[in-house]
Amino acid sequence: MSEIFKALAEIVGENYVSYQPEELFFYSRDPGLLPANKPDFVVLPKTSVEVQEVIRLAKREKIPIVPMGAGLALTGLVIPLKGGIVVDMKRMNKIIEVNEKARYAVVEGGTSQGFLKSYLEKNYPRLRHSIPDAPPAATIASNVIIHGQGRLTQQYGFNSDMVCGLEVVLPSGEICNIGSSSISSDWFSKGAPLPDLSGLFLGWFGTTGIITKVGLKLYPKKKMRDVEIFVTDNENLVPDMVYEITHTEMIEDVLIFTQPLPMMFKDNHHVSFYLTGDTDEEIEFKRKMVWKALEGFIKSKDGGFMSIPPAMKGSLLEMPQTSASRLADVKRGGGFEYSGPIISVERYPECSRKLVEMSLKYDLAYSGMVRIIGRGHSMMFGFAFTFNRADADMMDRTKKALEEISCYVLDIGGVYWKPTVAEQKIAIEKMDSNTRHLMRMVKDILDPDGIMNPGNWEVY
Amino acid sequence: MRYEEIVHRCFRCGYCKLAGDYSDFNCPAYRKFMFETYSPGGRMWLIRAWLNGDIKNSERFQEILYSCATCANCVEHCVFTFSEDLVNIFIATRGELVSKGIIPPPVRDYFKNISISGNPYKEPAEKRGQWSEGSLVEEYKDQEYLFYIGDVGSYDERGKKIAKAVGNLLIKAGLSIGILADKEMGDGNEVRVLGEEGLFKYLAEGNISLFKEKGIKKIITLDPHSFNAFKNDYPELGGAFEVYHYTQIMAPLMESGTVALKDLALRVTYHDPCYLGRHNGEYDAPRRILKSIPGIDFIEMEHSRDNAFCCGGGGGNFFTDILGGGEESPSRIRVKQSLQTGASIIAVACPQCAKMLDDAVKVEELEDKVEVLDIAEIVGRAMA
Amino acid sequence: MDFDRESAKEEMLKIFRGEDSPVLHSCVTCYGCEEYCKRCNHPFYLITERRQEKGILTAPRAITRQWINIGEPLGKYRLGEVKERVLSFGFMPEFLDLVKGKLFEDVMPSYIFGQEFFCNVVYIHFASTAIIKERLPVIIDNFRKLEVKEVVCMHDECYGSFTSLAPAYGIEVPFKPIHYFEYLYNRLKELRSMIRPLNIKAAYQRPCSSRLSSDKHHFVRDIMELIGVDLVDRKYQDENALCCGDIFGMMFGYDLRNDVQKRNLDDMAENGAEYCFFNCPACQNALSEKVIKAGLKPLHIIDLCRMAIGEEPEMGV
Repeated sequence: MSEIFKALAEIVGENYVSYQPEELFFYSRDPGLLPANKPDFVVLPKTSVEVQEVIRLAKREKIPIVPMGAGLALTGLVIPLKGGIVVDMKRMNKIIEVNEKARYAVVEGGTSQGFLKSYLEKNYPRLRHSIPDAPPAATIASNVIIHGQGRLTQQYGFNSDMVCGLEVVLPSGEICNIGSSSISSDWFSKGAPLPDLSGLFLGWFGTTGIITKVGLKLYPKKKMRDVEIFVTDNENLVPDMVYEITHTEMIEDVLIFTQPLPMMFKDNHHVSFYLTGDTDEEIEFKRKMVWKALEGFIKSKDGGFMSIPPAMKGSLLEMPQTSASRLADVKRGGGFEYSGPIISVERYPECSRKLVEMSLKYDLAYSGMVRIIGRGHSMMFGFAFTFNRADADMMDRTKKALEEISCYVLDIGGVYWKPTVAEQKIAIEKMDSNTRHLMRMVKDILDPDGIMNPGNWEVY
Repeated sequence: MRYEEIVHRCFRCGYCKLAGDYSDFNCPAYRKFMFETYSPGGRMWLIRAWLNGDIKNSERFQEILYSCATCANCVEHCVFTFSEDLVNIFIATRGELVSKGIIPPPVRDYFKNISISGNPYKEPAEKRGQWSEGSLVEEYKDQEYLFYIGDVGSYDERGKKIAKAVGNLLIKAGLSIGILADKEMGDGNEVRVLGEEGLFKYLAEGNISLFKEKGIKKIITLDPHSFNAFKNDYPELGGAFEVYHYTQIMAPLMESGTVALKDLALRVTYHDPCYLGRHNGEYDAPRRILKSIPGIDFIEMEHSRDNAFCCGGGGGNFFTDILGGGEESPSRIRVKQSLQTGASIIAVACPQCAKMLDDAVKVEELEDKVEVLDIAEIVGRAMA
Repeated sequence: MDFDRESAKEEMLKIFRGEDSPVLHSCVTCYGCEEYCKRCNHPFYLITERRQEKGILTAPRAITRQWINIGEPLGKYRLGEVKERVLSFGFMPEFLDLVKGKLFEDVMPSYIFGQEFFCNVVYIHFASTAIIKERLPVIIDNFRKLEVKEVVCMHDECYGSFTSLAPAYGIEVPFKPIHYFEYLYNRLKELRSMIRPLNIKAAYQRPCSSRLSSDKHHFVRDIMELIGVDLVDRKYQDENALCCGDIFGMMFGYDLRNDVQKRNLDDMAENGAEYCFFNCPACQNALSEKVIKAGLKPLHIIDLCRMAIGEEPEMGV
């Protein structure tokens, strides 16, 4: 053990490696519900070369490696299931480049969402990235590696679709550039017009390598931003409403929420959408188009626009929304977890009914949080439950509810997003066998020793 | 343990580590160590683990707890309703360690020195008022205000210079002030935040009794740490006084031209002390003084006011040095942040910040680029 | 709606007899007719009752449900040091910020806030008289339990509820309701020596609820005269006032709301108003941004009065 410690200390510096009980405790778990498992070491590299050396050491010694951003996926993806070295990437937090005209940024593998947002606001106020509602300490690399979504997902797809290049350290220790940056100094593409190798890393949760740089597409940032909420009591109409809204091509983001509290939200479904514009005319035109698109529902009394109190509007316009994190304290217990399958928008009614059913069955406080992906190509339906971390029974009920939901969503055509290990196994089981075989081949080639975040995407 | 019912509510979301605009990590301990365990969220989870018996008290655990500078960045930026108690939780946990007698040696030594000598410098009480020799400040004899100095202003070389500058300024501004000199006792702020509630009460009750005996109703403090203790902690022990930090008294006087000043062409930035700023909401008075000096080109640091980055001296670290030095020490980071403003002066309003930043300037070898001065020292230079 | 006098009479008689009428489908719930009817026959309450009976929705179901949920008492009310005279904030949290300073120092901290004291008038927008009949007696009983003698209603819906709606439904009100305009006017007279005329031109945004307390509407001019505000003469004022239009958006969509708001704000700006002051916080929330874009400064009347006695407005300008 101490030889490994010395070797790691030589790579990252003694101050940035630990095997103390305190670090092992903290890094053995995430804020979700999954059981902890202790690592043997935690390291904090500063450069890609340090990451490379750590991986080489791990490969040599056959020690598992688990890369970690802020650990906020909540589905146990940073829990070192087989011990080993947790590589906390957050010292690698530089913003390396912003190419304003080509609209992309290149950031290090531990750069946080908040850093990039703030940096762009100060230095490139006409540019923005697709920021998720995860806390701002969440890293950009982690978000793309789990196919996260953000404020621009309705327009441009998953946040991983907005990647325009990667630098990765392979399990073999080589540092690779992926995309246009492998040939050019410009990071305008993660694949095209070359074979798209980014798919070997995005979605793999670090089982095929550690991302040390991310090229991220940036998009126009307008001067003004507003939000409207269209409310209906009939969940069956929500897909049609989304269809009409997205048809206008006038909006930034569509988020749907349904929850029993506070009382003003009870028994309704809230389709919130965001408008941006550089002028009053632009934003008002967009608003009018969307209102007109929904007029039929208003006439039939099936839906209507609610008045948003100023305090609520302020909260809705935050990026990221702090209320998303505050859900964790509804039960005064610091916990929330959600299953967020990617599924067809048409399944909204069933999903919302299932959510209520589960909350009643397991006596849990819930929130349905939905983000529309692409122009309604799919949605992320978040079955979110908040729990009290000091109440073991509540935690157990929450786990059971989520397990039941896991089975259900697969049956109705959903695909797990950032799946837990258990969900990964189910997904692999259900997968087309040739696809499964292809995944196996990828893992065998890239990580023959099985040291990269083992336990995840285990294909046999 | 007090606040025990809160510790499990932390979501370890990380808002506590960041500045309000998310532009940088703003927790001094996390910035220095970069392990999640040294962040406020990490501390909360470890406290819970310790209370549940999942981890034991160890040197590392103590370092994690005592490296907190109690700067309250987490209180300011945590998004949960219990955020106002975050620093209180860390102090309460320190109190638990103190009561069990298992604390880092520098903390133990600090308490010992206070108990024996009445100050952390192991200096005799008689030396307490010696800083005032050659100044305009006299002993307290029914003046309108007690001018309270505190340990750092009384014994630290840098602190003594600041005490003199502030004292002289107050007198020249026409204020009726007096000091307790060798009768002054420590305010106990650092004793309390380091977890020794009993010793703090002893000091506080002693001070309250002395102030009442002397008929003191109004107090001007040199040090924001003293200001914090007198304003927030003394009242519940029976010590209700009218308390000001010296900048609060001086701001309106400076603006009304009470003190004649000449032009001072300097670019100045200001470092908000945590115990004046975040803990007590006073951001404006020091700035008003600086802006009242003719010729001053005042420029804010990127992280200022409720987003100010702590010098690392709070939480007792000024005396225990548990947060430690090194390239990533908060004071060195802060000095480097100040360079971005192009200012040649970092103005401070706290003798502890002054010393911390002074030392950082020296270690960074920036003496030819930037100077750390108390606001009173800057005014002193501008006095006609 | 465009009816001549005779046709209008006919439609009202149909409604009285319980027959169908286009009025029941087209009325936008501006409350205007409650003021226009000089015989106090409560035409708007009648229209609302008929709609409830016939199941004619005004707003979308979900919006109606939302408002019913919002008003449900949950035991989360706040009581100040309640004395015989009390300020009622209904459950508009804006009053917790607005009600400060010398204007209220002889009453505060005697106040009440919460759904338990909510007047329920808003449900006439939603044709939900059943909710009113269910909740209003309980609300009034809550006041009775506090043994208050005078209730200064900080919103005219509250005042309208206790002086117009409750009596119309035969509910006895065991205290004296005082409109806060009257309170402000009397208080300003007491503080006359502190008043420094504001010398500004302002337009008043009269809310729908003011139609239920039209006997107190004159206080707007009286107060403005006292504090040196020139109430600009404009087309949409007094009986011709246009409401804020927020409800129209919920019920009818974009065009009606925008048309009403545009005409209203253009009217204010074209007649030289520098400020637009509000009576109702809901109107203020609905229109403030648009008021600013029209080049005026939005302010609640309480803040305007506070400015006149040298205090800082709470909600900013």
